[in-house]
Parts: sequence; structure tokens; C-alpha cells
Amino acid sequence: MYNPFSLEGKTILVTGASSGIGRAIAIECSKMGATVIMTARNETRLQEVLRQLEGDRHRYILADLSEEEAIGALVQELPVLDGAVLNAGIMGLTPVSAITAAKLEQMQRINLNAPILLTRQLAKQKKLANGASIVFMASAAGVYRTSVGNAIYATTKCGLDAFMRTAALELAGKGIRCNSVNPAMTETEAIAAVQDAAMKEKDLANYPLRRYGKPEEVAQAAVYLLSDATRWMTGTALKIDGGRTLV
Amino acid sequence: MDIQKFIENFAEQFDDLNTELKPETRFREVEGWTSLVALLVITMVDEEYGVVLPPEEMRKTQTIQELFDLVNSKL
Repeated sequence: MYNPFSLEGKTILVTGASSGIGRAIAIECSKMGATVIMTARNETRLQEVLRQLEGDRHRYILADLSEEEAIGALVQELPVLDGAVLNAGIMGLTPVSAITAAKLEQMQRINLNAPILLTRQLAKQKKLANGASIVFMASAAGVYRTSVGNAIYATTKCGLDAFMRTAALELAGKGIRCNSVNPAMTETEAIAAVQDAAMKEKDLANYPLRRYGKPEEVAQAAVYLLSDATRWMTGTALKIDGGRTLV
Repeated sequence: MDIQKFIENFAEQFDDLNTELKPETRFREVEGWTSLVALLVITMVDEEYGVVLPPEEMRKTQTIQELFDLVNSKL
């Protein structure tokens, strides 16, 4: 059957694969035929996700991406990839007047430094096949809009957006594409860090489609960018937000 | 821990406060209460009292006294 969105025959790395959007990406990629290599810190959860993947060709590698040496070691273990989804990230709210160097560094290390250093290692160790696709998990936050308390998170995502476009430019010569998925609020465990049930109820009124995204919907946007259907797309931020940024 | 001092610290988180805050004040009904003030109160409690307030527990409190008691219970 004709299917330009298939990931059949592709080997795909997914970071932060043990929960939330990352888990959904690993599952969707497996259903689309890819061989998935997952990474995260929590082995118990990775094993659970591994069981949910379609087929038995997949595996995981434990890694803490907040450590630069760990990133280099992870990349050494990898085969040549056809795609990588740099998804690992954390959320949290800090009002401007409460920002400290420690809080800045903690979020920046995971949300910004890790994907930058991982991209560097993948390129340096020649682990990206010609035509490979890197997908960065950015956000509607920072790149398209912002909200109270979200200064650090939004800043890291803006940084990631700038890096994605620069890497797209530099890696294009090797046929490597870089794009990002930019979701608004998505139903994951992580949103508990930034809102409670009452806040969510109120916030839903800001979404023209009247709900938050589902992890698999965001994952399918990543699948699109990994697939051959987007061979001529690079440097693009793909907004997926239920209409949030229209209002 | 002194409730008057707690109320002063609480009041400082508002930009313009035209209401006198008392222990029995239902703080979410105070004019000027926003999600930013809520975040600032959480930060103040962390910095002044060394207590990290879980949002779900904070949500159950209605009055300043109840919030004070919650912080006190975690000291």
C-alpha cells in the first residue's frame, strides 16, 4: 500500500521515552514500522514502555542526559540512525522575581543543553544517515506565546527553536533535516507540575478546540517529520495547539 | 511562626492591595488575586519558611489562617 508516512526500515532514537509525549512517540513509531531505541533515566518505566511497543525489535539505553559525558557515551552505543526525536524535557513555574541561577541552570540543562549536545555528538560521531531527520520537542510556549510563571521554560524553548533552525542550516549539506514540534498543553503526567484541576478547567476556555492535546496526537506530528513525506522540510516549527495561539 | 508576620509577607505579594488581610480572609476572593500572586505566595513560603507547598494541598485552603496552618504543619 502506498504510504509516504511509513517509518518502515527506519531506526529512530527517542529521548525521554519513559513517559508522556516521549512514550507516545516511541509507541507510534513502532506502530509505523520503525525500530525504536528509547532512552530515559528510569529503567522500570522504560521496561513498561518497551512492552507497549509493537514488535520485538526495539530496545532501550539508560542515560541521564543532564550529564555531558553520559550524552557522549549514549551516542557511542547507538547504531546509525534515520531519525531522532529529542524530546526529554521538564516543566515548572517560577515567577520572574523568584528566578535564581540554580533554577535557570536546572531547566536549561535538560531542556536546552541536552538536545544541543546530543545533536553535536550525533553529528560528530557520524550517527546520522544521509536523509536523517532530527525532531526537537519545542513548545507553543516561548516560540508563539507565553504565560505567567513560564519565563524559564519559555526561554529554553525559544533557545531550542533558534538551535533547531541553525542546525537545520548547518546539517543540510549532509542531507540531514531538523524540525520541531511545538505543542500547547498536552495531557501528560508532567502538567501536574504547572497546574491543578481547577486551573485546567479555566484554561480550557482558551482552547478553540476545547481540550488539551493527546500525547499520541503530538507523537503523530513527530512521525510526520520523521517520515519521507517531509523530505523537503527543514527548519520548520510545526505548531500543534488546538487553536490556542489564535486567541 | 507568627501569623501577623505571615500576613505581612502574604500582603507583599500583591501589586496593589486595597483590602485589609485578616486570618479569616478568604484570600482567593481578594481583589488583585491572580495566578501570578499564587505563584509568588508559593515562592514566599519556600523562601521565608523553607516549605514547598504542594499545589493540590494549597488548593484546599480557603482562608489565610488555613494556609498558615498548612505551612505550620510542614515546618
